[in-house]
Amino acid sequence: MTRISIALLALTIFSALGVVNIQYQSRKLVTAIEREQARGRALDVEWGQLQLESGTWAAHARVEKIARDRLGMVTPDKNALVALDPVVSQ
Amino acid sequence: MKKNFTFNHNPLLSERLPVWRARFVLIALLVGSMALVGRAMYLQGVNKEFLQAQGESRYARTLTLSATRGRILDRHGETLAMSTPMKGIAAIPDAAQLTPGQTAQLAQALDMDVREVNRKLASDKDFVFIKREVPPDVAARVAALKLPGIRSEDEYRRYYPVGDVTSHVVGFTNVDDRGQEGVELAFNGNLAGKAGSRRVIKDRRGAIVEDVESIKRPQDGDDITLAIDSKIQYLAYSALKETVEKSQAKAGGVVVLDVKTGEVLALVNNPTYNPNNRGRLSGAQLRNRVLTDQYEPGSTMKPFVAAMALESGRFRPETMVDTQNGAMTIDGATIHDSHRIGLVTLSQVIQKSSNIGVAKIALTFPPKHMWELYDGLGFGQPLKLGFPGEVGGRLRPYNTWRPIEQATMAYGHGVSVTLMQMAHAYLALARDGELLPLSLTKLDAAPLHGQQVFSPEVARQVRTMLESVVAPGGTAPEAHVPGYRVAGKTGTALKLEGGRYAKKYIGSFIGFAPVSDPRLIVAVMIDEPTKGSYYGGSVAGPTFAQIMGGSLRALGVRPDAPIVPVQVARQSVTTKPGDAM
Repeated sequence: MTRISIALLALTIFSALGVVNIQYQSRKLVTAIEREQARGRALDVEWGQLQLESGTWAAHARVEKIARDRLGMVTPDKNALVALDPVVSQ
Repeated sequence: MKKNFTFNHNPLLSERLPVWRARFVLIALLVGSMALVGRAMYLQGVNKEFLQAQGESRYARTLTLSATRGRILDRHGETLAMSTPMKGIAAIPDAAQLTPGQTAQLAQALDMDVREVNRKLASDKDFVFIKREVPPDVAARVAALKLPGIRSEDEYRRYYPVGDVTSHVVGFTNVDDRGQEGVELAFNGNLAGKAGSRRVIKDRRGAIVEDVESIKRPQDGDDITLAIDSKIQYLAYSALKETVEKSQAKAGGVVVLDVKTGEVLALVNNPTYNPNNRGRLSGAQLRNRVLTDQYEPGSTMKPFVAAMALESGRFRPETMVDTQNGAMTIDGATIHDSHRIGLVTLSQVIQKSSNIGVAKIALTFPPKHMWELYDGLGFGQPLKLGFPGEVGGRLRPYNTWRPIEQATMAYGHGVSVTLMQMAHAYLALARDGELLPLSLTKLDAAPLHGQQVFSPEVARQVRTMLESVVAPGGTAPEAHVPGYRVAGKTGTALKLEGGRYAKKYIGSFIGFAPVSDPRLIVAVMIDEPTKGSYYGGSVAGPTFAQIMGGSLRALGVRPDAPIVPVQVARQSVTTKPGDAM
């Protein structure tokens, strides 16, 4: 009787210590996942901003302005166009 | 022996102690427990809510998880509108007791005037925004000041990377991220997300250590993929802008439709506005003329009457029509042609855009027949694109038509439409008589079938007539696109002002290409051109050609006409005018 009681007491203490340990571990993991999620959100925001930036740089108006003004490009005259037939003719 | 040591004979108990000692202990215990009960009652009863709230706030809290509004994309996935997180700096005026130095710091961090900050802090509301849509790094600097009663709220700002090019399609949102115009308003329900919440336990340093209840995840808004092709949209935008400036017109609009699917590839208005910076917006800038303004289309209506005539079997393209000497009187009112052309074929009536010719043809049909034609083409009722403010135009019931009205309606006066409706109706001509519903959003597959308005044979015959409009001898040789066979119709309509025709014009051109297998419809409308010609062919024709040529090239559509011989043909025509017909 006494021996069983002592064994149970030891088990209880062991289990209690286990609970404390697991609780500690779980809190640590929650903090870690929280940190990673925050990082994920920050990266998401950054991705959005980069998308916006790329959209702004690649705006047709800006591309055309640079092509015309800085690079001196022009739409070819219709007489300078040659249409190539993809199908072998004749 | 044993009997001497029972409990009754405890030697301690046999000692007589003074009675007050026992009483003192009893009273002390009673008073002590009374005090405890009293304190417990005070905390539990009187002060319970305050203490509970205080305790929870140090321990568990509910966080709002804000949802991001969906993006608006063009058909190739290019971003036309997207939200990025910002902070709103707010104050709780009662709690924000700042020293003048602190106020100055705050004003400096936010790049605001100190007096304005003070004015906002003096508000008697519970909560005021000091500045909204503050970039996150600025908000972090404000937070570092650790001012009492000043806090930052999560919010979003909407950005439109291509700015005024798509503003009339995309629209904009207000500061609370809610759609106000255009697609932002029309699809607000899909774009807006649903905020979630989670209840958590935080530790002393404010880090989350545990979720108390299950998390209600925020639902981000859906992305909307429009049918708009931003390349074509830009082509249309710049061509229209140039024309409106050159002709000093009041306004203009362009629609580009995909003939195969009925998708709206471009929708442009001028004047326009930059949705990123809406400081001073006028009604004229905001107006989406293509969808919300009705106008009398003028001659662009004629091909439909020609199609009706051909459909009846009583007319053939080569049926002769007498356009008299350029003037005709009906019910005492006289209608005119801009050029006297005499006896011509039905094809030439369209090519030369004769009002008299088309009126004469129309008058051989009962009003009901013509009304059914217009109604079948969708005039008089909104297109139901889901766009805010969309109007349906005006088509009066046929039993009220007088002959002169039926005659003018044949050449597009006395009936009002939107440019989008006109472009839509031309689908029937470009698509072998079949009218598809239009779509603002990208479709995965073309609609299976539309409504058959004309027979394929009639649509083909009308297409041939419309091709002659762009050829030398037609009303719009300016709309010619090198390398492609183009068909279309000009319109030069007088504007109605207060029920009377003013000496103001709307020049338009609606056409499609390549004629061998139509791919695009481009509709151009220029409102009140004041400099140069106001004729649809001259004012809208070149704009049409510019947009059509650029778009077909952008889509990689194979040219169906030889490029150089077109030049040769033109020269031979000028030497032998007899060949022009």
